[in-house]
Amino acid sequence: MASRLNWSPTLPEGEEPIIKVRSLTNGFGDQLVHDGLDLDVRRGEIIGVVGGSGTGKSVLMRSIIGLQTPQSGEVHVLGESMIGRDEDEAKNIRRRWGILFQNGALFSTLTVAENVEVPLREYFPFIKPPLLDEIASYKIAMSGLGPEAGEKYPSELSGGMRKRAGLARALALDPELLFLDEPTAGLDPIGAQAFDQLIRNLRERLNLTVFLITHDLDSLYAICDRVAVLADRKVVAVDTIEHLLKLDHPWIQEYFNGPRGRAAAAS
Amino acid sequence: MASLTASPDAANGEVFAPTGALTIGRAGSVSRELDAAPDPLTIDLSGVERMDTVGAYLVHRAVRDRRARVVGESSEHHDLLQQVADADHPARTVPEKEGGAVAELGAWTIESGRTLKGLVAFFGATLIGFASLIRRPRRFRVNAVIQRFDVVGVRALGIIGLMSFLIGIVIGQQGAVQLQQFGAEVYTINLIGRITVRELGPLMTAIMVAGRSGSAFAAQIGTMKITEEVDAMRTIGVSPIEALVIPRLIASVVMMPLLAFWAMLASLVGGGLFCWLGLDIPPLTYIQRTAEVVPATDLWIGLIKAPVFGFIIALAGCFQGMLVSNDAEQVGLKTTAAVVQSIFLVIVLDAIFAIFFSSIGWL
Repeated sequence: MASRLNWSPTLPEGEEPIIKVRSLTNGFGDQLVHDGLDLDVRRGEIIGVVGGSGTGKSVLMRSIIGLQTPQSGEVHVLGESMIGRDEDEAKNIRRRWGILFQNGALFSTLTVAENVEVPLREYFPFIKPPLLDEIASYKIAMSGLGPEAGEKYPSELSGGMRKRAGLARALALDPELLFLDEPTAGLDPIGAQAFDQLIRNLRERLNLTVFLITHDLDSLYAICDRVAVLADRKVVAVDTIEHLLKLDHPWIQEYFNGPRGRAAAAS
Repeated sequence: MASLTASPDAANGEVFAPTGALTIGRAGSVSRELDAAPDPLTIDLSGVERMDTVGAYLVHRAVRDRRARVVGESSEHHDLLQQVADADHPARTVPEKEGGAVAELGAWTIESGRTLKGLVAFFGATLIGFASLIRRPRRFRVNAVIQRFDVVGVRALGIIGLMSFLIGIVIGQQGAVQLQQFGAEVYTINLIGRITVRELGPLMTAIMVAGRSGSAFAAQIGTMKITEEVDAMRTIGVSPIEALVIPRLIASVVMMPLLAFWAMLASLVGGGLFCWLGLDIPPLTYIQRTAEVVPATDLWIGLIKAPVFGFIIALAGCFQGMLVSNDAEQVGLKTTAAVVQSIFLVIVLDAIFAIFFSSIGWL
């Protein structure tokens, strides 16, 4: 079905992508999750990654950020190959991106402010503690949390606040690239909308490129420049939603033209 | 590379003109140099190629605190400065701690009192659970109990046997070294027999079971609390006490004396092996002599203590597991607490038993 599309997941020659994935193959046991997956992400865009459960959205993200070594294939991020790099080189690339994990993944023994300071301390040990505290403060404020959140422990936060705190930590090093794993999952519609707005504002202000895994159709419509669809162990399409709707792929049609998809499109 | 220059300017005082990148990588040196520059300060951003929010924050801070003048900024710099200014709400980074050692001691005392009260309440809830099971015995979960027998008892045989065997050898060897000085090596048999049957068999078994099973009880139940399985159980109408706690309690209480007996045997075998190889006491003599010197009351003492220890271990483990709430870190903390608490209680009880049995004449 996908082969019927006259369409490629890679950018045209001459445009240098910020993330470049080529013929990525991932699998667990004898079950393949990705089979020759290609994907390019443009600098400065918000790309949404969608796909049914088990199509390997999170595995794709983990392969890109180096938490999982793929069976084969190439991954280039910010112009650097990510596979087979030694720890020191990888560290220098890692400080240029921020990651928000699905449930925040905040360190539970540290307060929110201390969580934000962790990457700062790790990479810039010479910054003095008072300045660190001030940096953490404005990162927290930028993520839309009130100043009272700084001294709280993750267990004292609501789900939405935890995600914002995770975002503050992801933004700690002024990254060029931001990975978000289902940031609006589990948030109420108002909170989710506010979070979408926050991501869009941050992208504009900080010139971020955002790699967004989501199931939230409203988010896709509201903030994504392009949407990558994972199906059949590949990226079957990357384009604006408008163009995706014209493609003749059963999963895409069902996804965007189902009752929820139509409701999101209407709003 | 970027460099930083400060040049005097007659009209504006100090002019601070960083060039190149004004980013987090230079935050340390830039903040030092900014602090060192005297007032009035002018910051010239015309040479800055790249600025991130940390760089912008440092400039913003100089403007806020020292009324520094900013010149030569591009519109991008201006935006960034504006954002940082918007986000400038100082937040406290760690919660304030009140009082000192006294307050901490007080908090600890209150906490300990609560734990003790909670343990007693939990004990009560368990008794109520037992009572309701006796009234409706069909709700008794035979399969769960048998599965626990396997985990708590059968699977512990190997490690407890090995540990007790080695302890038997160590006691024999250490005892023999001392008794040889009086030419009384033969009393090594008394030492091994009485100490392992009466004390070390049940005690070491209890410590091993606390480490193996008490911790597992706390971790299992704690994890189930976090994943809301316990709440789900309640809403379905299954009592967590009946389904989770009672099978574990029964398994511990039944398995502990059996394991303790097994530990006594293994220690005696270890001690016997040492006597045979180290002291040339033939096994048959060793067995005969052990039967003569170890009174039956010693065995009863050991076998009476064991199930009580088992009960305490399972109670502490399940209780700590039930105390887990909301975050994963608690599972670790409560598991540790379960082991520490149960071993401590076992030793306290052991001391009480020692006094009790001596006073009823079971020397």
